[in-house]
Amino acid sequence: MSTHPSPSHLHRYAAADPGLDEASVWAIEAHLEDCADCRARLAGSTTADTQALIDRVAASLDREIAATPVPAARSRSWSVLRHRWLVGTLSPWLAMTAAVLACAAALSSLRAGLPSLVLLIAPLAPLPGVAVAWHRRADPAWELIAATPAAGLTMLLRRTAAVLACVIPALALVGAGTGVSLALTLLPCLAFTAATLLLGTLVGVRRAATGLIATWALVVVAPSLAAARTPALLEPDSAGIWALATVLLTVTALFRVDGFRRLAHHD
Amino acid sequence: MRAVRAAETAATTHPWAIHADGLQVRAGRQLAVNGLDLALTTGVHGLLGPNGAGKTTLMRALATVLTPAGGRLTLLGRPVDGRAELRPVRRALGYLPQHFGFYPRFTVREFVGYMAWLKEMPKATIPAAVQRAVDRVGLTSRADARLKTLSGGMLRRAGIAQAIVNDPQILLLDEPTVGLDPEQRLDFRELLRDLGTDSCVLVSTHLVEDVAAACTDVVVINEGRLVWQGTPEGLTTQGDHSHAGDSPAERGYSAVLRRHRAEAAR
Repeated sequence: MSTHPSPSHLHRYAAADPGLDEASVWAIEAHLEDCADCRARLAGSTTADTQALIDRVAASLDREIAATPVPAARSRSWSVLRHRWLVGTLSPWLAMTAAVLACAAALSSLRAGLPSLVLLIAPLAPLPGVAVAWHRRADPAWELIAATPAAGLTMLLRRTAAVLACVIPALALVGAGTGVSLALTLLPCLAFTAATLLLGTLVGVRRAATGLIATWALVVVAPSLAAARTPALLEPDSAGIWALATVLLTVTALFRVDGFRRLAHHD
Repeated sequence: MRAVRAAETAATTHPWAIHADGLQVRAGRQLAVNGLDLALTTGVHGLLGPNGAGKTTLMRALATVLTPAGGRLTLLGRPVDGRAELRPVRRALGYLPQHFGFYPRFTVREFVGYMAWLKEMPKATIPAAVQRAVDRVGLTSRADARLKTLSGGMLRRAGIAQAIVNDPQILLLDEPTVGLDPEQRLDFRELLRDLGTDSCVLVSTHLVEDVAAACTDVVVINEGRLVWQGTPEGLTTQGDHSHAGDSPAERGYSAVLRRHRAEAAR
């Protein structure tokens, strides 16, 4: 902060002394912006004429403020909402999921002999989004957030909910368009999401998602495509099993995800 | 998010705000903090050490971002060991990392408010707390400017504002004066002294003069261990006259490090 102006300089400034050169006026004004003490001293140095002028301006401002309607409360900023749910960072992953689903739907309609690709990849649809939802590379403010009480469980559940809110309508839309069972599209998707969170408490969400994607692709998707047959796991009568698995996995995951409240190497 | 009752955020007294006993913390595969003993209470503590001494790793462990690999760490009387519930401790923490990421489209007010929300402050108290924090770091006139329009020094001050918005009982500042001009550094020292009256403030820095001017206690670490702890005046008495151009505190710091290296080499 610059040196305080002398009382005589302040007095001359208050009295608008024409003898005070422009550079000095500028320096005093710059100093007054930052120095509450000098502003208080200046208030005590004002002449009667200046005080009368200030009073007139203040009265006029009061009248204007009273006559102006109260501004509407500003709506919550989109960017704040976006980052609370990490929708912005997830966008590329969600767009990729939508594109893959659209390609699966197109291929299914072109190659009638193959089992429904939409059905085969539906369980995996939310996993890339869930994997990046709470990962240090996806969130620029990760280290700041990691030291707050909201880190871990709260963030993971909020962001998983955001992913599902985007993926489930897309799946339902593509499933309805290709005529596959809605239950067999959505229930495995929810079961795999719960399984990812459950496994994530042990090995980290990213590793859990990657492992489940690889396992499902190797054990179910590839053999089904090779044999050109819908796997037994996705036959219409397996919907009950998927419903049971979804409930069990979700309940177990909700009990276990408490682990995300604590420190984790795999956050 | 659940609002926190005042009783849950009320200050609690502990003999040591930070207590580490044989603490070990990994940075990648290396033990960057290796057998550190440290006990800190209310006041401003300057953390000094050469590059690679383990300062940032220690700050991350104290901020509960890294899990201790060994030893014992308690913050505000609660153990931090990878199994304990950390929410109460994290509510009472303020942390400014050395390199902090941010959302460039946030305004200063939104950024600090967002961090207050993440710290589970009662919703009704957030606007006033944000304003107070922004005022304290001298960013009042830029409170509604987007972060991407701020200079490096202003960004650093916005980072300090988010760290202090919850009136933390433990405040961890990693290189807080980087990018601040000399005048801002003087203001910051004043702020530190003010914060240290009722919080445990740990400031990691390379600037020995900041420590000498604003801290009540100095902690010197090297190779992940505590090598010296005492008052800034005590640090100045450690020095000799071998580097005439340096300040007395810098000479003391260099002498402490030289002595430690010589002992380690024996």
